[in-house]
Amino acid sequence: MNCRDAERLLGGYLDEELDLAGSLEVEKHARECTVCAASLRRQEAAREAVAAHAPYYSAPAELRLRIEKRAAAHFGVRRRRSRPGRWLALAAACAAAAVLIWRAAPGPGAAGPGDLAREVVDGHVRSLLANHLMDVASSDRHTVKPWFAGKLDFAPEVRDLASDGFTLIGGRLDYLHGRTVAAIVYRRRQHTINVFAWPAHEAERAPRAETRDGFHVESWIRGGMNWWAVSDLNAEELAELARLL
Amino acid sequence: MLPHLDAAYNLARWLVGSAQDADDVVQEACLRALEFFDGFRGEDGRAWLLTILRNTCYDWLRRNRRHTQLVAPVEDLSWAADSAPDPEEEQLRLADRETVRRGIEGLPAEYREALVLREFEGMSYKQIARVADVPIGTVMSRLARARRQLMGSLAPAAGKGGVA
Repeated sequence: MNCRDAERLLGGYLDEELDLAGSLEVEKHARECTVCAASLRRQEAAREAVAAHAPYYSAPAELRLRIEKRAAAHFGVRRRRSRPGRWLALAAACAAAAVLIWRAAPGPGAAGPGDLAREVVDGHVRSLLANHLMDVASSDRHTVKPWFAGKLDFAPEVRDLASDGFTLIGGRLDYLHGRTVAAIVYRRRQHTINVFAWPAHEAERAPRAETRDGFHVESWIRGGMNWWAVSDLNAEELAELARLL
Repeated sequence: MLPHLDAAYNLARWLVGSAQDADDVVQEACLRALEFFDGFRGEDGRAWLLTILRNTCYDWLRRNRRHTQLVAPVEDLSWAADSAPDPEEEQLRLADRETVRRGIEGLPAEYREALVLREFEGMSYKQIARVADVPIGTVMSRLARARRQLMGSLAPAAGKGGVA
């Protein structure tokens, strides 16, 4: 591979869009060529700057409300208008609502009560939809941990993983598995990760990955605590967080 | 509540600029989305909504004559010349919030859009290609150019293509 080929593929390499052979070739070239290696590091630095500093503009609550109303009105009108296909329209509206409104509504085949992964995903979605992600917003674990201590009868470990690319953004109380649990919130790029913790009575267990409605879930038992991490972040990076916690 | 509304608003805000305009464009796009809903086959809801949003943004930009710079003049993607220890890399890492924001805003709309979808939404090239309705190769080159130009504004020495 020469520098021109490498240049062309650098972005794809950083974005993990190359196949294995392509990635290996770029890596091999970057080991041998200081110019390309420097370019790679600069691009990484620029990405880090964007990830760290570029504002993410969330939709204002008022706009959200307005659109919800319009959506409700729209489906209401359609239902009344299309008399002959009334049930069809109703079914379409329900499907629309399912997609637009409750992406994480239980799908076919979802297990009943006792499906903890389902509860965890619901908790995650609820925290995002209800705009109730955090009761205590802080990237300082020395703020978040004591906050929990005052509200729970257990003390979950809160780690600062900023150097590993997981930014602590806060914590809140949530309700899962029939009890109050700690929810520790991390962010990676623009992905929110909820990590739920509560005391375990079972033996330690290594992380196990699952997927529900496109959300990735990791669960493990360590240090006498149940840990459940959930996010729309890709499964590999979520597994990395599970290893770090 | 729409699960992808934040993604839509964020892209709109980066494309049209002001909060008020983003508000209008997102609302218009959502109304279009409702109208087009029958055409939605339940695949990638985010890409679907962002496609509509993106087209609404460009319509808006055209109406408001602000879409002056669609694509920057084509410059050759070439290498930075020196391989000396890299002060630019350090400078890039140290760029502050304001510089980063201005840097992204300074990009042509098509580059900005590719960058926002990639860096904020973590979308794959394939998904971005779908939203922007261009081939994957175009996504790749737009991203490369976006990053090159952005690096140039974050750390002037780092963005310069030196050797031919």
